[in-house]
Amino acid sequence: MAEPSREAWITGIGILSCLGEGPAAHWQRLMEGNPAAHAKTIGPYVVHLTGPVDFDKQIPKRGDQRQMELWQRIGTYAAGLALESAGVKGNADLLAKTDMIVAAGSGERDLAVDAAILTGLPKAENPAAFLNERLMNDLRPTLFLAQLSNLLAGNISIVHGVTGSSRTFMGEEAAGVDAVRIALARILAGQGELALVGGGHNGERKDLLAQYDFNGYLLKGAYRPVWERAPGGGFAAASLGAFLVVEERAHAEQRGAKPLARLTAALSDRCDRKPGAVRQTLRGLWEKIAPSLAPGHHAVFSGASGAEPATGEERAFLAELRVAVRAPGSYVGHAPEPQFVINIALATLALSHGALYPGDGGIEKNMGSTLRQVVVTGVGHWRGEGLALVEAPNMKGMTG
Amino acid sequence: MTGTHDKAGRPIVVVTGMGIVTSLGVGREDNWRKLTAGESGIRPISRFATDGLKTRIAGTVDFVNVEPFCGPSLCERIGEMAAQEAVSESGIGTRGRFPGPLFVAVPPNEVEWPQRQELAALVRANDAFDYDDILRTASTGAFKKYGPRFLFASIADRLAETFGTQGSPISVTTACASGASAIQLGVEAIRRGESDAALCVGTDGTVNPETLIRFSLLSALSTQNDPAQAAAKPFSKNRDGFVMAEGAAALVLESLAAAKARGAKILGVIAGCGEAADSFHRTRSSPDGKPIIASVRNAIADAGLAPDDIGYINAHGTGTPENDKMEYLGVASVLGERTKDVPVSSNKSMIGHTLSAAGTVEAVFTLLTLAHQRIPPTINYHVPDPAIALDVVPNEARDAKLAHALSNSFGFGGQNVSVVMSREAA
Repeated sequence: MAEPSREAWITGIGILSCLGEGPAAHWQRLMEGNPAAHAKTIGPYVVHLTGPVDFDKQIPKRGDQRQMELWQRIGTYAAGLALESAGVKGNADLLAKTDMIVAAGSGERDLAVDAAILTGLPKAENPAAFLNERLMNDLRPTLFLAQLSNLLAGNISIVHGVTGSSRTFMGEEAAGVDAVRIALARILAGQGELALVGGGHNGERKDLLAQYDFNGYLLKGAYRPVWERAPGGGFAAASLGAFLVVEERAHAEQRGAKPLARLTAALSDRCDRKPGAVRQTLRGLWEKIAPSLAPGHHAVFSGASGAEPATGEERAFLAELRVAVRAPGSYVGHAPEPQFVINIALATLALSHGALYPGDGGIEKNMGSTLRQVVVTGVGHWRGEGLALVEAPNMKGMTG
Repeated sequence: MTGTHDKAGRPIVVVTGMGIVTSLGVGREDNWRKLTAGESGIRPISRFATDGLKTRIAGTVDFVNVEPFCGPSLCERIGEMAAQEAVSESGIGTRGRFPGPLFVAVPPNEVEWPQRQELAALVRANDAFDYDDILRTASTGAFKKYGPRFLFASIADRLAETFGTQGSPISVTTACASGASAIQLGVEAIRRGESDAALCVGTDGTVNPETLIRFSLLSALSTQNDPAQAAAKPFSKNRDGFVMAEGAAALVLESLAAAKARGAKILGVIAGCGEAADSFHRTRSSPDGKPIIASVRNAIADAGLAPDDIGYINAHGTGTPENDKMEYLGVASVLGERTKDVPVSSNKSMIGHTLSAAGTVEAVFTLLTLAHQRIPPTINYHVPDPAIALDVVPNEARDAKLAHALSNSFGFGGQNVSVVMSREAA
């Protein structure tokens, strides 16, 4: 049961995306207001990729880097930024009680090995024996570890020394929402004091693009902001990493850590995605946080991906609310597992400025007053709905 | 104490339903009978050709059919069978509505070789092709049926639909500790008062050429193929690796108060959970055993017990040279002088390593051990390892008086989770 005296602060954020690394770079690009500038294409697909990253800065041992595929390097890098931002990095006592929840997909395949096997199989005299022989000889033993879903968390333990606990949730967007939800619930209930929560994603994996394109979930052709992709629609896969350090207030105060924001709610739900179900589910979640909202001072950071019909339904729901909305996915693209986390991090950033970045002139209207609260939504491309409430640190006592 | 809360003031979490599927068979009765008879479910692999492979045995669940066959479909099916048994036994909720959240331990999910070959065949490239050809085919919509199937959320989502669990189902992976993590998540949710009940499932049906070869390339598997039943030799001096296996298990967890209120039969207590992450190496434990020791100690402390209260340990006991040595170090460090007097057995000697499901499968067996006051053996124990001075309950089951038992689960990536179970609420 949540103890009323407990409060969760966000004391660190670590973000790496096509907009750059860290809060300043992200805010600058968002303020520039040119989301199309950060998109690229792979074949027919629109994607958002990180620029060159000096991984040595957060993953000093080259041996560690070699044991990781790109999604793990991105995630481990972002986790390091978050720990640094919270003043936890390198502090063995704090790291030993840091509870980690990672939202992960799985790792990259060796595309060259796959392609060579698929080329050879039809001509092989004994296809099954050929498959076995090629896999035995061509798969790198360490590739398995670079693929395993929980090895992003494993690498964060090794590289940054996080050893309190380590849990990995899988399951696309819902994994990210539930990672934040469980981390927050544990802190409010006194099951933990300090949490590292987030994930990493590689948006240029062709095996993953194929997976998502089985059902036409990807954006093809020219770049369009997430709200302008219907009919058809689709998400622009992203390479990005995002982590938060979430900490109980008294624990943070004791070590002199400052709140970047307060995380006051994280909720999730599941619906069957029949027409209207997303809208109804979001409405149900919204009603739970509505009593905490300060009229005129809150906005929505939507996790809309651009995949339809999910984004269309979310748009219809948000239009009912008459609040200022932003969809950071237009800028950073969409990375199923860590998307909710990067949006919470960007919401934290906006709260620190007390203002939103410029909107698109359509559904993304301007806001006349100081920004004090951000509701972050997460609506998965196939499943998973969630909300988080992020508040400016000085909001205590204003929300009743 | 006759109350419904533990010494720390938290709701006591009890088990009111259990279900299980392993290579030994379907259901609790069949599994328990064979397990305590020392039967092995390990056999030569018949699902696919094993030409050229060093390891040609596994504990596959071949008697459950799914069409078309693929790992996630088998995971879903056996997970559903185990959950059905557990939910039916507990009598909780109503048909299609389980009054609590779902936590599912699942293996990483990806397109497998048969589907990849199907995609490739559709491309009809004359000679060499690459992933761009596959992308061309994927985008035609010809493989719509595989879309959700190979999403990570799909197994949990379908189980949530079938059993009508509440809220967003969580798919958890902590490698070979996943099944224990699923139980821990359920226990924590009930202790937080979020729900009076939780459905915790672990499932793994992923024995296929590539998964086998991946473990083989890490030298993790036994290569003593003949006879198959003798390959898994936990704690023996001649142990040479684990045997991959499939299985699923499910637990209905409830607060003691809720279980009592509806007059449910209480099958056992999840008294405490502990965990610790290891930062030493991707596949090896810290040589000082500290994370394993911390995991075990945390679980015992969380249960409000002392090491002296533990009467039996259901070991992770994979049968790899490294695991068994490190588990012994961890157990001995916590138990001290009592080490040689506390029976420690490994179910994996009979059912193999059910990987993502193992923590849940072995929790069910531990609860059955407490309920029947009978310890399943460690079979294939003929060459003791002098470096591991444990009473491994060699080769034959044994009756015992047990109040509290510990189950360990360790996984690649530094995962260590321990669960303490009790026969009755303290």
